[in-house]
Amino acid sequence: MIKRNKKEWLIVTFHTTVAAFQMERAAKDMGFGGRIIPVPREISAGCGLAWRDEKEKQAEIKKCLDDKCIEYEQLVLLTL
Amino acid sequence: MIYFDNAATSFPKPDFVKQAVIDAIDSIGSDGRGAHEMTLRASRIVYSCRENIAKLFNAEPTRVCFTLNATMALNTAILGLINQNDHVITTVQEHNSVLRPLYKTGADLTFLPIDGKGNTKIDMLCKNLKSNTKAVVLSHVSNVTGNVIDIERVGKLCKENNLYFIVDAAQSAGVFDIDMKKMNISVLCFTGHKGLLGVQGTGGLCVAKEVEINPLVVGGSGIHSFSHTQPDEYPTRLEAGTLNAHSLAGLNASVSWLNENGFAGLREKETNLAKIFYSEICKIPEIKIYGDVLSKNHGAIVSINIANEDAGMVSDALYQDFGICTRAGAHCAPLIHKAFGTTKQGMVRFSFSHQNTEDEVRQVIEAIKQLLP
Repeated sequence: MIKRNKKEWLIVTFHTTVAAFQMERAAKDMGFGGRIIPVPREISAGCGLAWRDEKEKQAEIKKCLDDKCIEYEQLVLLTL
Repeated sequence: MIYFDNAATSFPKPDFVKQAVIDAIDSIGSDGRGAHEMTLRASRIVYSCRENIAKLFNAEPTRVCFTLNATMALNTAILGLINQNDHVITTVQEHNSVLRPLYKTGADLTFLPIDGKGNTKIDMLCKNLKSNTKAVVLSHVSNVTGNVIDIERVGKLCKENNLYFIVDAAQSAGVFDIDMKKMNISVLCFTGHKGLLGVQGTGGLCVAKEVEINPLVVGGSGIHSFSHTQPDEYPTRLEAGTLNAHSLAGLNASVSWLNENGFAGLREKETNLAKIFYSEICKIPEIKIYGDVLSKNHGAIVSINIANEDAGMVSDALYQDFGICTRAGAHCAPLIHKAFGTTKQGMVRFSFSHQNTEDEVRQVIEAIKQLLP
């Protein structure tokens, strides 16, 4: 286990990397402070990218995904 | 040197395209394969390029799939949608990038003929429909004559008859208006290094909703690594392996420029040069000209022959004696040469750009006059 301060985050996973970058573009427009991270092993066995953001933003991010028609796999809370 | 081979590749490339490629080489990693800043920069550029291409053609950014060129895009579309039990309607003006994949499918093929000026007889499309007709595949602009097919009209016929409409836009992307939705295009195949003003090694296909193409190439996708099959989702579905992100940075810059500045003015300049060239050489009795150059919509291409002289010899003389770059031969479009009776002689193709000048056109007219028998 690497040494790192952990906390609970909101994680959004996607079917494609294009969707991850649609999310990044939308997040920039909306002023969200999150970023793209490698998909945590807990929620996917493959490689790929996910969006990590503050868990308090869950409702706003869900609305953003729906409003912008960004296809995502799941929204989960994870301690990373 | 005078460059009249822009239908092969546009030259010179804009400085901002060159700079975008250099900046990418100096600053990006591999697209879609990690989450560090180097790879994110690559992915942002590639995504921006998808958005710009989608804006240009009124396509969906998530269904813009990049390939190395239009040939690979056409192979992907044709081999991924057509099988040997299907009937396909195409035309005699097609390039081998359309013909060879179609032959490879083993499908029943109908070739719409051309008239004396090289215009495709679209009126014959409906008469040739069969119960198993699945698609119409054709080039928007002929790479030999520069003649333009009314793809909005063909798209309407395809929609009425529930056919896929696959368009080869190698000579028209960035030159003529293309609206995938308005024109009912199922798959639009383009190259980046001609009218789009980018560098070689870029191209792609824009895929309409509800069109599911069986991938031609499978492999690394950046997602679902433990699956035995290529992911179903576009664009990953058709983009196995690392993309040419360095060159896509150049294409992103050029298409962004075209979206901001428009291209009607560029087209007007180059087609005007083609018409100046045509209006002078058509007065010379020894010159044969192929194509409907004076029609309202025509690409900046004029193909000719001098009497019965081998086209290759004429093209060679133009370069060796006058420094004028043209393209001779069959131009990878065998059926149109059969139709014009030029399979042995070939043609000398002059393809103009907005970067050429009227003075250059005058120089080539004088050079041709000096070559006359």
